[in-house]
Parts: sequence; C-alpha cells; structure tokens
Amino acid sequence: MNKDFTQVGRSVPRKDGPIKVKGEAIYTGDMVLPRMAYGKIKRSPYAHAIIKKIDYSKALEMPGVLAVVTGDEAPNKWGIVPQTANEVALAVGKVRFYNEGVAAVAAIDEETAEAALDLIEVEYEPLPVLTDPFESMKRANEVRIHEDAPENILHSGDQLFGDPDKAFAECTYILEREFSTSYVNHAFLEPHTSLASYDTQSGQLQLWSSTQVPHYLHTQLSIVLEMPMSKIRVTVPAVGGGFGGKGEASSSDFCAALLSRKIGRPVRIVFERSEVFATNKGRHPCHMKVKIGLDKDGYIQAVDFDNTMDGGAYAGWGIVVMFYTASMIHLPYKVPNARANVRRVYTNKPTCGAMRGLGGVQPRFAMECMLDEMAEMIGISPYELKMKNAVESGYRSVSNLHVPHTEYKKCLQTAAERSGYLEKHGKLPFGKGIGLAGGYYISGTAYTLYQSYKPHTTVLLRVDTEGGATLHCAAADIGQGCNTVMAQMAAEALGIRYEDVHVISGDTELGTFDLGSFASRLTYASGVAIKEAAKQINDKLFEVAAGMVGCRADQLEVKDCRFFSKFEPKKTIEWAKVVDVYTNSVGTLTGLGHFSPPRLKGIDLTRGKRVQGANIGHSPTFGFSCQIWEVDVDLETGKIRVDKVTEAGDCGQAVNPMSVDGQVEGSILFAMGQALYEEMKVAPDGKIINASLHDYKVPTAMELPEIDTTIVDSYDPTAPFGVKESGEGPVQPTIPAITNAIYDAIGVRFTDLPITPEKVLKALKEKREKEKSEGK
Amino acid sequence: MKQLIELTINNRVYEVPVSPKDLLADVIRDKVRLTGTKKGCGQGDCGACTVLIDGEPVLSCLTLAIACQEKKIDTIEGLVAEDGQLHPIQQAYVDHGAVQCGFCTPGMILTSKALLDRNPKPSEEEIKRGISGNICRCTGYKKIVEAIFAAGETISTAGVK
Ligand code: FES
Ligand code: FES
Repeated sequence: MNKDFTQVGRSVPRKDGPIKVKGEAIYTGDMVLPRMAYGKIKRSPYAHAIIKKIDYSKALEMPGVLAVVTGDEAPNKWGIVPQTANEVALAVGKVRFYNEGVAAVAAIDEETAEAALDLIEVEYEPLPVLTDPFESMKRANEVRIHEDAPENILHSGDQLFGDPDKAFAECTYILEREFSTSYVNHAFLEPHTSLASYDTQSGQLQLWSSTQVPHYLHTQLSIVLEMPMSKIRVTVPAVGGGFGGKGEASSSDFCAALLSRKIGRPVRIVFERSEVFATNKGRHPCHMKVKIGLDKDGYIQAVDFDNTMDGGAYAGWGIVVMFYTASMIHLPYKVPNARANVRRVYTNKPTCGAMRGLGGVQPRFAMECMLDEMAEMIGISPYELKMKNAVESGYRSVSNLHVPHTEYKKCLQTAAERSGYLEKHGKLPFGKGIGLAGGYYISGTAYTLYQSYKPHTTVLLRVDTEGGATLHCAAADIGQGCNTVMAQMAAEALGIRYEDVHVISGDTELGTFDLGSFASRLTYASGVAIKEAAKQINDKLFEVAAGMVGCRADQLEVKDCRFFSKFEPKKTIEWAKVVDVYTNSVGTLTGLGHFSPPRLKGIDLTRGKRVQGANIGHSPTFGFSCQIWEVDVDLETGKIRVDKVTEAGDCGQAVNPMSVDGQVEGSILFAMGQALYEEMKVAPDGKIINASLHDYKVPTAMELPEIDTTIVDSYDPTAPFGVKESGEGPVQPTIPAITNAIYDAIGVRFTDLPITPEKVLKALKEKREKEKSEGK
Repeated sequence: MKQLIELTINNRVYEVPVSPKDLLADVIRDKVRLTGTKKGCGQGDCGACTVLIDGEPVLSCLTLAIACQEKKIDTIEGLVAEDGQLHPIQQAYVDHGAVQCGFCTPGMILTSKALLDRNPKPSEEEIKRGISGNICRCTGYKKIVEAIFAAGETISTAGVK
C-alpha cells in the first residue's frame, strides 16, 4: 500500500476553472460555423397516434428554409443497449409520447426554422393513451405500444438466490411494505445541443455535442446515418451537466446530422427547456413491494423484492436500470437469501433512462426505510441494526458481487458520531427529527450488455520536449472534473506536477477509446490505464536517467519532477532534462494503457446456478457512504426544513478532496430535490404539465442546509491509487435519510415521493384523527 | 423591421441591428458574440443569462434589447481586469471549487458581484437569498456560498471593485 502521494490527494482547482469563470469556455451552443444553418424539431401534439401523412411542401417553399427531414428517411433503430434498440431519429409511422419529434427543419436562422414548423402538416389518428404502468399491462391486448412487446413490457427478470421462503419461515421479524417513487428529470442546466458538419466532398461528418458518451453517440450515428464510424468524428465541447440525461444520443444529434448531410452545411440544434423535459430519460418511477426478514438477533436472512417500473415510451437504458434495481438489494448489507421479480413497462410518456445513481436510489429508499422500521420492531437503534448487518472487506454476495474493500462501518460510525445521532434519535421534541441511511454504488463497472469485451478505456500518454506530458483519452468531462482527476493521476504516475499535464479528451479522433461518463467508472478505469501507460514511459526514461546520473535504472525513482537514486539521493537529475535527452535521440515517447473490467458470472452462489442479470456487469469495487439528516417539520404548513446533513463517505483514496466534496454536496441537493420537491406531472392525455424550471422545482440556495462531509480514511489496495467512485454513491442515502428523519419528527412513515407539505399535512391530520378515535 | 441601436457592453459601444422583439440574451450571444452569457431556459427561471444593467442583475432572456440603450451593460467577459487578472470573485470561485460544469457560473458570478457591490460583508442568509434566483444543479451551492463569502473578505480588505 503506497499512500505516499504528492499529486493524488491534492485539492487542486480544476483545469477548466479559469476559462469557465471568465465566460470563455465554449459549449456547443456557443459555436458558430461558416454557412451554419439552424435546426428545429416539429413535435407531436398526441402521446399515442398513428402518423397518417406528413406534408412539408409548404414549409419547403418558405424563403430561408433549406431542408426538411422526416423519420422515413432514417428508419434505422438505435438504442444505448444494442439488444433492445427501438428508437428512431424521428417517429416512423407512429408516435408514442407527447412531443415526440416527427420532422426536422433546417433554415437560415432560428426564426425561420421555427416558423416553418407551423407549415408542416401532419395527419394523425389518435390512439388510447396509457400513462400508468399497471393500466398499460392490463390493457395490453387492446392497446399495444410496441408491436414486439405484446404485454407492453420491455423485459422482466426473475432472480432467485438461496431459499428465501425457507429463510422467511424461520425469521423472527418480518416486514412487508410498498414504496413508490416519482417521475423526475435531471434538470442539467445546459439543454441538449448538437452541431453537425457534413463535408459532401470527403463524406466526413463531424458532430459537436453536449454528450456524456461520445463513443456511444458515435456508434449510434453510424447506425442511423448508415455511415462507417471512421467517417464520423464526435467532439465534446464544454458540457453543462449531464447526470445521466446526456448518457444516450439525443434526437438533436441525429436531426442535426441528417439535415447537415442533406444540405452540405453545418446545422446546429439547441433544445428549448421544454424539449429537455419532453425527451426526458430521467429516473424511472418504481412501484416496489419489499419484504425483509430478520432472525431473532437482527441479522438479515432474506429479502424479497418486486418492482414494477414505469419506463415510458422506449427502451433506452431500461433493461440495465431494471437489473440494477434487482442487483442493488445485495449490498451494503449481508443478505444470504434473496428474490427479485422485476419488470419494466412501456407507457405513453417520455422515456426514462439513466439518472445519477441509476437503479440504486429507488430500492435504497425502500430498504433503508424498512430497516429503520425494523430496528424499532426489535427495539434497537437503526444504527446498531445497520452496523450489525454491514458488509466487510472481502465480502461476496450470494449473487456473486465481490467487495474487495469497504469502510462502510467507518462511514456509519463517523456520521453517527459527528451528528450526535445516538443522543438525538427518538429524543427530539415533536416536529424535529433525525434520520440515518446508508448506501453504496458501483465503481469502474463493466457494461454487461456491451457488444464486446474490448478494453473499456484506453489512455495514451505522450512525453516529449514540445508538449511535456500529454494525456489522450476520449473521456467526457461533463463538469464532474475527470480531466483534472486524470491529470492528477498521470502526474502522480509520471512523478511530475499536475499543472504540467495536458489533457486531450472528449474527441473520438484525438482521444483514445473510452466508453463514456456513466456508472461512476472513469476515475477507476482511467486510473488503471494511466498506471499502465506511465510505466512504459518511466521504464524508458529510467534507463536514460540512469546513464545520466550514473546508477542502475532499477535503483531510480521519480518524484517532484526529478529522478533520483533510492540509495544515493545525491544522484539526481531533472525530469525535463531526461526527457530532452530521450527526445533528442529517439524522438517522442508514448505509453499506452488499457482498462478491461473484470468478468464475473452472475450466479446463485448457493446452487452455482447462473442467474440472468445477477451482477449486471461486475464492478471491480464499490463506494460507500452514510448520511444523517436533521429536519424540522412545520406542523402548521407541513413544510420540511432541513437543518443539517452529516455525511461520511468511503471513496477510497480521494484524488481531489475538494472535488469529492463538490460531488457529495451536489449529490445531496440533487437527491433532496427528488425527496421533497421534484415530480414531472403528466395529464391523462400524456402531456407534461410542468415542463419548465418554473413549475418543476429544483432546490435553490434557499434550500441549502448546513452540510458536514467527511472523507473517511480509505484506500482500496486492489484499485489504481486506491480510488473508488464519489459521484453517484452519495445520492443513495439521501431520500431514506430524510424520510427516516421525518418519521422521527412526526411519527409518520412516508412511502411515496416527493414528500410535499400537502402530504405532510394530510398525514398529520390522519394521525391526529386516529389517535383521537383510539382515545389517546 | 430591424433598427440599428447602440449598446454599451463592458464599456465598449456596439452598434447592432435589432428588431423590437429581440431579447438582450440573444443579441449579446448571437450578434455581439459574447457567449459567456448562457441560456438555460429562456423563460426567466434559471438565472444563467444574468447580466448587470447599471449594476443590477437582470435576466437578459426576459429583457428587450432596445430597452437597454443608454444603459451600462456588464457581462461576464467584462469582469477580468485589463491585465488579464481574474476578479476576486472569479478567483474565489476557482479556488473554492465553486465551479463544476460552469454553465450557471457566469450568471452566478454576476449576481454575486451585484450582491457584494451592495454589501461586501453579507451574512450566509443574505448570500443564499441573493443567489436564490440562480439555479446550479451541480455544486449543491455550498462552495458557491463559501466563494462569495471569501470574495467579500478579499474585496473589503483590498478595496477592489
Ligand atoms: S435563460 Fe434566462 S433565466 Fe434561464
Ligand atoms: S456548475 Fe453546473 S450548474 Fe452550476
């Protein structure tokens, strides 16, 4: 274990900080190319309808209109999960959600494009609209959303590990509860934006896009446009947030590209905020039935998990999210027997997809709230119950998830101590409460449904006199700061300073392969690749340096921009001088490193049977955290004020502690929004009623509580530089911690979100009436 | 009908052809080509398009460009000193990790400036209230509040404006 780092562990300001505060960072929507045209998408006024006819002749006649495309021109289906790809650039034959795109226009300016949309005539034959997943399943024989899904179900999964029925029969404490979560959107601040430029001479397309996944976008463009990937280049300018919502291609990407190819001019499409809501890909509303059994000593013996997910109109990330919800019940507690029955249902609503901490947030809400309740059943503190069941390093779940390292208990302990949880819980005056919840998330995971097991990340390090050290990797910095973190790790591995590492990322041509920014994979994945690449460079430089200082190469170390002999520290030479000598005689030096995720079969360990989707792309390691929330419920208005949040997280070795704190604080407010305020409301006809940031309420600074975060001392010896994730784990405990705190405050256990003042008042009233009738 | 108007942005006079319904945000971004001013919603809900007009924070996506003649408009690009040094607020945002994706940042910084110009020593509550019209989805606001607080200290000790 080497924790003697100089560059990893430094709270350096992010690389792109200065240009961002100066307003000089270039986002896709800031770019203007010569002869650039402006694209707009015509959207459906029906949530479910057959398209009988599209007539755009009048639009084409309008001066300034350059081209129109419709779905028929690009009918190839795309999808982030190749096995379930069922989306098209623009609707073909049928629309399945309100505001689905049916045609796209390019014009000389935005106003003209906008005006031309009104001249496109579309004839529809409306179909019945299904907005509820249960109704959708029930009426499937009468209303079918996709021809190939006769039950209106994208996919369902049944998993069995051990013998839960037998285990339940022997349990002393059993609790069954139902939970449901709301329909929420990422609400990143920069709407989807795409700029495509097709060169008719070379047949080459370049697309600038606000995406998290340049590689996936690359493959999907290739499918939809029927062009080889080698003729397409995807470039990611600065991105104004993603949170999973830019973790798939967007229809803006396809439409810009199709229009540009048609007219041989660059075309830019910038979504309106209403289009961001209309195309969604946010968190799946889940309807969960959960049963947990504990033995007489409070050890979890079995979990039964049933989940009906409202997936919206298309597949998207759906099957992955579905299996994640099932997989997530196996940690961070030891569960020897488990069953999951999960299904993802189609409805006529904008599609759900990946959203920060995907698949984890919903089951975590249920499990952490239920364990809180069960602790009360037993008569012990929820803290004690969770400590008792918490996983330890080296644990292997019954579903074959292997946890090489965890400091989860330290997280629970630290948060409890710093917040005074044990002294306060159950003892605060009515209206005030404190709640605890834990959580975990994958880190560096494999994507099981990816087409191949080629390395998921490749890093090219280049060292020479001209550039010093340059790191190439097509990873996407969407604001989370991966460029800074990669530079810190590369500097550490090369023995130089972070400030001296240039990073070239976010470009499929200039950068080497990377799968994208999702699943909290980048720090881990790029870390592995960086170490491997740096070793090749160091090996060569050591030999030259050895000759220069007069010692053996294997006796050298490199640190603080100097090579020196471990045994005779006076034998030392500057890093740059060695690079100079090497470059002068041999030329530019490169190192290439790869990361391939581990493969581990998802099996039922007790019977050795393979179980579909069991460990959903095994993760090499996991991050853990605990949050404790203190709330004050206004008994008159039902408003919940959060006084304080105490968080303790195990993200392994923090590469950039300031950046980790930023991820944690951002996560806390992000998930707090879903717990208390956020919900997309859908009318019976499928229209989203509150598709604006005025009506869809995200937390503002006024909602910021006091936040106390601790990065617990942690180092995963199996991980590069000891790292783990910190970007998605911290959203996991938030919702149940708030919910548990509200229970502690007013004695009401909420099981559906968001917990609005109206719900609080109603619950308080019911509680008072019940107490009265019981004569209390 | 387009008309030529004069807009004074960051102490420089720009002559721009605008129609009466053109919004200041679009004119600044598309005609003057100062793209530091961002548009997150175009409906007055997010604050990303905030500029200063005569020192007051204004949502440029709701403001008609023609109404801004003879006014002093400041955008994020005008904050850097002549010699390229960051304004203390900008520096504080960088140093305190108050920037992630950066899309809210220009509007947030200008709002911070108006706040600190009025009151260089705001309380935490005053800072929160001051920036409550600016949405940041990334940072959770904590580091932004800290940055504004720190910038206020620097400004009042050094007397920078
Ligand atoms: S763009 Fe003006 S307030 Fe959002
Ligand atoms: S930094 Fe991304 S919205 Fe504020």
